[in-house]
Amino acid sequence: MSTAVIQAENLSKRYQRGALASSGLLRDTLARALRSPWTAFQRQKPESFWALKDVSLQVREGEVLGLIGRNGSGKTTLLKILSRITRPTEGWAEIRGRVGSLLEVGTGFHPELTGRENTYLSGAILGMNKQEITRKFDEIVAFAELDQFIDTPVKHYSSGMYVRLAFAVAAHLEPEILLVDEVLAVGDIKFQRKCLGKMGDVARAGRTIVLVSHQLNQIRRLCQRVTWIDGGLLRQTGPTAEVVSAYETAMTSPERGSSSTRSESKAQFLSWRILEPSGDSAHRLESVGPVTVAFRLKVSAPIHHGHQGIALFDAERRLMWAYANEDLTLDPGLHDLIYKFPFLPLCPRSYNWQLSLWVEKENVDLWEAIPELQVTSPNYQHALDEWNGFLNLPSEFRVFTEKG
Amino acid sequence: MASVTSNPPVADALANRAPVLMTMRIEPPRNWLDLRLKELWTYRELLYFLVWRDVKVRYKQTAIGVSWVIVQPLLTMLVATLFFGKLAKLPSQGLPYSVFCFAAVVPWAYFSTALVAATNVMVENQRVITKVYFPRLILPVSAALSGLVDFAIGFVVLLIFTFSYGIRPTWALLLLPLFLLLAVFTVLGVGLWLSALNALYRDVKYLIPFFVQFWTLASPVYYSSSMVPERYRWLYGLNPMAGVIDGFRWSLTATGHPPAASLFASVGIVIFLTLGGLLFFNRMEGSIADRV
Repeated sequence: MSTAVIQAENLSKRYQRGALASSGLLRDTLARALRSPWTAFQRQKPESFWALKDVSLQVREGEVLGLIGRNGSGKTTLLKILSRITRPTEGWAEIRGRVGSLLEVGTGFHPELTGRENTYLSGAILGMNKQEITRKFDEIVAFAELDQFIDTPVKHYSSGMYVRLAFAVAAHLEPEILLVDEVLAVGDIKFQRKCLGKMGDVARAGRTIVLVSHQLNQIRRLCQRVTWIDGGLLRQTGPTAEVVSAYETAMTSPERGSSSTRSESKAQFLSWRILEPSGDSAHRLESVGPVTVAFRLKVSAPIHHGHQGIALFDAERRLMWAYANEDLTLDPGLHDLIYKFPFLPLCPRSYNWQLSLWVEKENVDLWEAIPELQVTSPNYQHALDEWNGFLNLPSEFRVFTEKG
Repeated sequence: MASVTSNPPVADALANRAPVLMTMRIEPPRNWLDLRLKELWTYRELLYFLVWRDVKVRYKQTAIGVSWVIVQPLLTMLVATLFFGKLAKLPSQGLPYSVFCFAAVVPWAYFSTALVAATNVMVENQRVITKVYFPRLILPVSAALSGLVDFAIGFVVLLIFTFSYGIRPTWALLLLPLFLLLAVFTVLGVGLWLSALNALYRDVKYLIPFFVQFWTLASPVYYSSSMVPERYRWLYGLNPMAGVIDGFRWSLTATGHPPAASLFASVGIVIFLTLGGLLFFNRMEGSIADRV
């Protein structure tokens, strides 16, 4: 049992929803002030919701703690509170040691500046001092595999090079506590593996890491303990294997176990699986070819003129594809919504399905499908990382020469 | 890495480590009178890097680079001399109008550019604000400071220019840094309010050009503040840039009168604005990160 370096008690965060909170106009506030001078500048309380409620946790020195949960469950909010980007509405936390937060790759990068200049800038923003950066500079450049381009403005970098440099800077941070949000999900597989290795080194060096990830395999590999957050509440904390498997079960079981789900809703997505190719695992694609996917929907009250949306995101939340089916009529019962694709040319990474069902502007259900879709097919693209795009298309090539 | 592995009871271990590692407490915002200025000092290196970034990017982006910083105030001065000096024949405190005007255009150029930069700084750095912690106050401060590099270049040109008119510096020049300091604090005092408002309300940015233009006319850039009737002078001094510009002219050319009563009004209002701005910024800081 070693020292607790992060001690959080009943952390809660309330956010305000609605137009007022996100995009205010001074004009409106002033107009309100003219109409009712005493109330206009008081905090408007439109709709508010708890993004995080009464979350307590302890992270011990040298521990790698994973944070899992669906999108919007409050993981990132928790990380933002611990890294002091936002302050809690209630509760408190005590942190012993220097904190480095890595919520994005390339924080503070400026496109006009060179790789060298950005290394210093980003390093300083992430909390390193000048001597520290100078001392590690060569190591950072070597890690990023960029030596000849280090004095080129980063706007001329390929996305692969950019990410490599950005991660290299971040990976050489040496705080006692490192808070990481999903950033390992970037770059090509080879570089990801290198980053994972680096994170492992960091952990072995006795530093504490709190890691948010949707990639459960990563969590299994790196973390000793896992905290599962659901609907802003702490659902379970414990040894990795135990919590991750409970999470997987809950996310695929009929109840789906989310506190944010309204049980009285007309319909609910329950699970998904790959029907074809049938040889692969139910959530993994090992080849590029015809794919059929089934999404199970439980309907409790008849649906008329339903609008059913589907979207596929990559781990960086970039939209890969989306579609909507109008005029869906469904009787109560269990249904499989089946999507058949001639092929899914996806790069070998992990992806998330998002399913939604609307009836006349009312959102009946919105589901971030769990587990994620793993694509482990061969990569049919250019050998160089920076020439890897979104589409993983097998191609045929020949030369036809005009006769005569 | 130091690590305690001797398995002492938790409480003991915490006590042992306390002097080594600083403990930070995260709590809901309670006391918005606490400005955490000490923390700003610990982040001074980041402040340096942000100023360095601004300067570097500015000189990289404009093809003409440094020369633009010289050409812009020179052209302004030439046009003003032609229209206000030669045609409108505005009095210029016994100085050649071009010197009279240039001595005001240089500090004014610093003020207006830095004020606009400070207003936009929170919005422009939103990405960083939502991804990593540092005292947000650093951003408007960096905007106020990075304009000083342009100012320094303009000031050298100004010195050469006045010298070429045969005006020799006197001991009054030693007071010039104080007027510059007043200008920096005016940028900060007003910029703190505007940067927070600009981050919170998206229509503020449309008001800024008007605001700056309005302020130019209300400052003695092209005319002499001695044209303002004596009994309204103190009121005029409530525009701190009046004090700055008068002070600049006086310390550079040693003609006219050192600003006195109006300067006290200027200093007073700047202190008031800066303190109020710090409190307002501090109070709004939390909502800024949440709104983005």
